Amino acid sequence: MTALRYLLYAVLLVITVLAPFIFPDFRTQLATLWLMIIVALTWDMTGGQMGYNSLGNIFFYGTGMYVAAVIAIGLVYDVGVYTSASGGGINEFTPVQYFAGIGLGMLGAGLFCAACAIVIGYITFGLRGPYFAIGTLGVAIAAGELVSNWDWVGGGQGITLPVYPADLDEGKLFFYYVFAIIGVVLFIFLKWLYSTRFGAAINAIRDDEEKAEAMGIHTMRYKLTAWALAAFFVGLVGAISAFQLISFEPLETAYQTINLGIFMVVCVLLGGKGTLWGPVVGAILFHLFKEITWNYLLGWQWVALGALIVVTVVYFQDGLMGWLMHRKPGWFGIRIDEGSDGARK
Amino acid sequence: MSTVIEVRNVGKSYGGVVANKDISLDVKSGGITGLIGPNGSGKTTLFNSIVGYHPIDSGSIKFEDREISKMNVQEIARLGLLRTFQQTRIYGAMNCVENMLISLPHRKMSLMDSFNRNTRADYDRADQLLEFVGLYEKRFLRSGSLSFGQQKLLEFAMALMNEPSCLLLDEPTAGINPTLINGLIDRLKRANSEFGITLFIIEHNMRVIMNMADHIYCLAHGEMLAEGAPEQIQNDQRVIDAYLGAH
Amino acid sequence: MDQIVSNISLLFEFPVVNLKILIDGLMIGALFALAAYGLALVWGVMNVKNLAQGDFVIAGGYVAWWLAGLGLPPLLGVPAAFIVMWGIGWVCYKLVISRVIERDLFTSLLATFGLAIMIAQILNLLFGSDTQSIKLPYDTIYLADGFIDIPIAKLIGVCMAAVLATGVIIFMKRSRMGQAIRATAQDARAARVMGIDTEKVYAFTFSLNSAICGAAGAIIVMVWLIQPFYGITYAIRSFVIVTAAGLGNLPGVIAAGLGIGALEQYGAHIFGIGYQQAIAVLLLLLVLVIRLIQQRRKRQSLQ
Repeated sequence: MTALRYLLYAVLLVITVLAPFIFPDFRTQLATLWLMIIVALTWDMTGGQMGYNSLGNIFFYGTGMYVAAVIAIGLVYDVGVYTSASGGGINEFTPVQYFAGIGLGMLGAGLFCAACAIVIGYITFGLRGPYFAIGTLGVAIAAGELVSNWDWVGGGQGITLPVYPADLDEGKLFFYYVFAIIGVVLFIFLKWLYSTRFGAAINAIRDDEEKAEAMGIHTMRYKLTAWALAAFFVGLVGAISAFQLISFEPLETAYQTINLGIFMVVCVLLGGKGTLWGPVVGAILFHLFKEITWNYLLGWQWVALGALIVVTVVYFQDGLMGWLMHRKPGWFGIRIDEGSDGARK
Repeated sequence: MSTVIEVRNVGKSYGGVVANKDISLDVKSGGITGLIGPNGSGKTTLFNSIVGYHPIDSGSIKFEDREISKMNVQEIARLGLLRTFQQTRIYGAMNCVENMLISLPHRKMSLMDSFNRNTRADYDRADQLLEFVGLYEKRFLRSGSLSFGQQKLLEFAMALMNEPSCLLLDEPTAGINPTLINGLIDRLKRANSEFGITLFIIEHNMRVIMNMADHIYCLAHGEMLAEGAPEQIQNDQRVIDAYLGAH
Repeated sequence: MDQIVSNISLLFEFPVVNLKILIDGLMIGALFALAAYGLALVWGVMNVKNLAQGDFVIAGGYVAWWLAGLGLPPLLGVPAAFIVMWGIGWVCYKLVISRVIERDLFTSLLATFGLAIMIAQILNLLFGSDTQSIKLPYDTIYLADGFIDIPIAKLIGVCMAAVLATGVIIFMKRSRMGQAIRATAQDARAARVMGIDTEKVYAFTFSLNSAICGAAGAIIVMVWLIQPFYGITYAIRSFVIVTAAGLGNLPGVIAAGLGIGALEQYGAHIFGIGYQQAIAVLLLLLVLVIRLIQQRRKRQSLQ
């Protein structure tokens, strides 16, 4: 069984490495797929594993974009001057400056987002259930509105970053692999994290927070840590997205509350909350659905996506993994005492 | 014996209804203290005040000489004062062993400790305690599928796993098959003597509490009616009247 | 920064400016209160937290705008929007809401978020993403040497909002359906035992909410602007108001609605009109933090 499992992992890894060569025309698409997988996995850290359904995780994506862009520009130019020129004329970056900007930008974005998660979480984690969801949504919307009024970072126009300093096809490959590496690292990290006492503790918070409190579990500490870890990874992919997209603006790209912000939730629900593979499978399904509707529905794709959200939430909330778990509990090592009265409750 | 929990002149009312009025009591270290009283006499309210579920209107509550009446649930639990619930609360979707492992004393862990996996010793201790309450055979079953009485035993084992210095039990025998009650009494006593955990027990069943406690407080209509050794309480006319009057 | 300081000092130099801001704020606040009342109704009766609230408002606005374009007298747009949105609300209830009532709260939040996206996008496809409004052929009253301008259209709008609110309140107090709704809000199971068809009550309540929102939107389109994607901020304002006032507290909802309207106008005056949406959202966070501190004092968390 374990040998089979390792074989499966090896095959998946090979597919991951070769995918951009098998589908050379879809390199950006594949990178976006990894982005979806990463944000879905990080959303599930709090939403699925800890029971705190955030609608505002997109805040870290947008903030990561801006922090990375400001760091990358700030290494070479004065940010205010650069943005007021809309990047025109002075966006000369040497390859060294460019890659140093990406590296430091990602690191800075990740750390800054983790710090933001701790500060915001300290307030919002006092909120339960729907208040938490609405509060975090509020944070994301407010951030987008405030940034779009902040001229130093380009206001509503956003920021235009330099393009990849070599062949553009090579650039696509570069971004694909950065996303893929973050994704694989995140997956392995989560597989380990969920097997620790920390993983058990956040599950306990999800299942019955009051009981967890009554047993002296440091609920606030665990909640903040989980969200900060999620925010770190979202900040990383936000940073790399900024360079991949080259040009971005606050409301539709960075703090895209009603796009990626809600998509990540739907991915997780489609695949199955609180499982490791659920978000991955869900992200792949969702991305396929999105691309198909984008190509064939001519303008109505947004309505179709809204409908998909409603249908998933209303009819299929346990997702694919949840459905499997219900049908085949034995596969997941769940045993039920059929002899006692509790089983029939 | 030193005092673990010191309750002084505690008052608590909901709207106009007085649930606790001027209650004072002491829970002695290392002993088993009982709290009895008819339905609606304010026992659970007092428990909730002690463990931090709601604010009190007046008075003071001390745990190991530290004022806890302004603290919230988790702060109090982290001091080593634990409670079980009248309506049992366990993690129904997990199996018994997982339930036990979650109950490890997190208060003694640093954040870095929590990133470790559970050790062999943790598993052994979980098995040992499940054996102690008689759930060893069912340890890999989903705990939500156990019977109510078994869930109650599981919750008790979880509390022991947490290594509290003092444990508040809210009606440990309610809903348990009468034939199993003697076994439970025995286990509670052993938890007290072998693990050295101070017990403070709300109990409805007079026979049970008389068998266990070395000191008993009796509440009626939110006020302290009587206190003393079991024999004293058993023969106290006011206590008998209160119980009969409540029916 | 200088701009902000000079905006603030303007308030002190010309106190009459305060009055203008206040009047504007209270007028728009009345409409916020209307939408918030609808939210409090569905939240209280069926425990559904409706994030599509704002999109019902905007949809109502588009109904009125579209009918006015076809030649319907603008003032009749309000009852027309009420009726049309009643129907749309009923359809939404049957298709989606009826299936999330018994579920956990995040389900209703997310399902209505999906609904909100659908409505906004359909409006966008049908009517385009430009801002729209109806121009009413009425004068503007000038007070205090022209410092205060009150378009009669706005006055009419506020009066219609008041009439609608009064009508709903009387309906809830007097009619049998209103009583059934209030009974269901208190204890749905007990209401069922007493022979109230709660399914019907839920459908009615949600449709009524949708209709109230639609009428509010029809008033908004006469005096302010609408745009397909303005919905979410109206929804958030409703949440601010209901969270601040609490459920089943009608005077509180009205007071909070007026207060939010006034605060927003002040904020827009001081920081600039670009910050208006941000201020609406920041008020939500402010209200949540205040409620949180209140709860913490009671050794509780905000559930």
